[in-house]
Amino acid sequence: MDTIFGVPTQALFGQLLIGLINGSFYALLSLGLAVIFGLLNIINFTHGAQYMMGAFCAYLLVSKAGIGYWWALAIVPPVVGATGVIIERLMLSRLYRLDHLYGLLLTFGLALIIQGLFRNEYGSSGLPYPIPGELSGGRNLGFMFLPNYRAWVIVASLAVCLGTWFVIEKTKLGSYLRAATENPALVQAFGINVPRMITLTYGFGVALAAFAGVMAAPIYQVSPQMGADLIIVVFAVVVIGGMGSIMGSIITGFALGLIEGLTKVFYPEASNTVIFVIMAIVLMFKPAGLFGTQK
Amino acid sequence: MKLKRTLIAAAIAATFVTAGTASAQVSDGVIKIGVMNDMSGVYADLTGMGSVVAARMAVEDFGAAKKGMKVEIVFADHQNKPDVGSNIVNQWYDVDKVDAVFDVPTSSVALAVNEITRKKGKAFLVSGAATSDLTGKACSPNTIHWTYDTWMLANGTGSAIVKTGGNTWFFLTADYAFGHALERDTEAVVLKSGGKVLGKVRHPFPGQDFSSFLLQAQASKAKIIGLANAGGDTINSIKQAAEFGIVKGGQNLAGLLVFLPDIHALGLQTAQGLIFTETFYWDLNPQTRAFTKRFSALSPRNLYPSMIHAGMYSAVIHYLKAIEAIKTDDGTKVIAQMKKMPTNDPLFGKGSIRADGRKLHPAYLVEVKKPSESKGPWDYYKVRATIPANEAFRPEKDGGCKL
Repeated sequence: MDTIFGVPTQALFGQLLIGLINGSFYALLSLGLAVIFGLLNIINFTHGAQYMMGAFCAYLLVSKAGIGYWWALAIVPPVVGATGVIIERLMLSRLYRLDHLYGLLLTFGLALIIQGLFRNEYGSSGLPYPIPGELSGGRNLGFMFLPNYRAWVIVASLAVCLGTWFVIEKTKLGSYLRAATENPALVQAFGINVPRMITLTYGFGVALAAFAGVMAAPIYQVSPQMGADLIIVVFAVVVIGGMGSIMGSIITGFALGLIEGLTKVFYPEASNTVIFVIMAIVLMFKPAGLFGTQK
Repeated sequence: MKLKRTLIAAAIAATFVTAGTASAQVSDGVIKIGVMNDMSGVYADLTGMGSVVAARMAVEDFGAAKKGMKVEIVFADHQNKPDVGSNIVNQWYDVDKVDAVFDVPTSSVALAVNEITRKKGKAFLVSGAATSDLTGKACSPNTIHWTYDTWMLANGTGSAIVKTGGNTWFFLTADYAFGHALERDTEAVVLKSGGKVLGKVRHPFPGQDFSSFLLQAQASKAKIIGLANAGGDTINSIKQAAEFGIVKGGQNLAGLLVFLPDIHALGLQTAQGLIFTETFYWDLNPQTRAFTKRFSALSPRNLYPSMIHAGMYSAVIHYLKAIEAIKTDDGTKVIAQMKKMPTNDPLFGKGSIRADGRKLHPAYLVEVKKPSESKGPWDYYKVRATIPANEAFRPEKDGGCKL
């Protein structure tokens, strides 16, 4: 069998595919962060907790009301997004004139509180969430066994990421959004309700996190700390891609998933640090990130 | 990080004071017990507040108040980080006058506390941590390793599996002191029983996605995939192994350290058939059932006790008995007295403590029931074999302890 650095090529394909699956989650989450940062200039540290809330919401729907995975995909993002809207209206909107740091502290504090509340109620071992019947099982690709559900994760997250990119970059609504990012006062002068747009954008970013949470529920245990570990990595992804760059965060998300996947084969011990090493290198040469522009 | 530290400091709280007159020889009149463990991470259900509940029950059952002994329990969250744990314990010993530290899961933290306790001449009773080094090269006159250890797990589970034909192994190991010790001890048992180790991979702790590592395990074609991890990591490994069709493909999982709350979280559908070793199960006899009923009423979300919780109860009782006997809470003297006295409590029965600090009691090889075999909530195990106390743990001469 052919090998690359002592690893059979076939096994390598499998690992690349796994990397792509993990990259899907990075892309979905970093996309939400990038959208929020782009318009609100808020570094949303609550993102991981909102991802966790998405997973818990799906769990509660199935255990309390018997509502399954597919409905959860439709119901959960708007519900968790609505909690985001409330947070934005009640708290974040008061901070826009202050330094970034205040928004960061507020959202970080909120994340700790939300995680603590869920841990009190549901414990740390997590709760099981079944893989939907239509997607259980898997197929043998020759070089690996690919569970159907994981294939679905790649397809769905690519679709959602590209859809979001399309709306923001190619539609009229998106052009308003981008204009409001550049110069809110001018856009407001044209009769567009900028504060409402900001609120809805935050709600949308949170809904993306919740969507990722529902996607993750059948793979991981639904547990209060599921977002806390992930969010740090996702922040690194956003920094590498360039704060606020939509396409940048999507591409970086998938690419870093791949790089992490390869690290897990060649030097597994470093697989949770490799992303931060890359971040440090990128910041040295391109402080605004790979796809960002210096403001 | 600073914010997190402040929060931990806020979480340290005095909780239990019994009335009574102080005995003169006990330092500052109070026996102060510090329970330190993971209260917020992957091990919180196995240790966490449940350990504090067990310690409180022990103080009550010992009858400290009636005997005129004043006992106070404080607790803290070490977040599975050796630096955080060391800071807390240093403050406990130096400022808060804590006499003994209990529990401390996460071997890397336990090894750090072991050294601090030795230097300061206090007492350390380990229920949560697993590494057999605590009674081996890191053994200390101030430490007793109570509930279980990696050698015992390896010996119980590893040899049982090799005997039933599982003779080729691949290890999935948590990349820190505990995982390394469990892998080392299990590998030794596998090799000694005539098995072979085909490969190993070390995953970052705590992890979440194990699919990449499971794929490597699958490619190794080993008959047994040994999970040298614990808590949330084990739960996710088992869950994702099912997703990737590993057991259906003919390979079997060996959970080297699995606790009752893990099985509860996985559900019998996913966990059925797993074989592993425990030193306590709630449904062993009338005493364990009675303890469990009381424990569950007090524990967070009415969880049933893990063996770590049971060990906490047993260790606190014996600690207080020793103080009652010698009328001092000096760490080094109390530990020496604890080793002299035979142990006896409702959960582990009669036992003893060796010079190297190893507490001895039987271990149980258990198998997780099929959903159809389970008669009710928490009815999860069939006990397949009982390993007597003198065979369950590493012989004293093999540990390399210089005590």
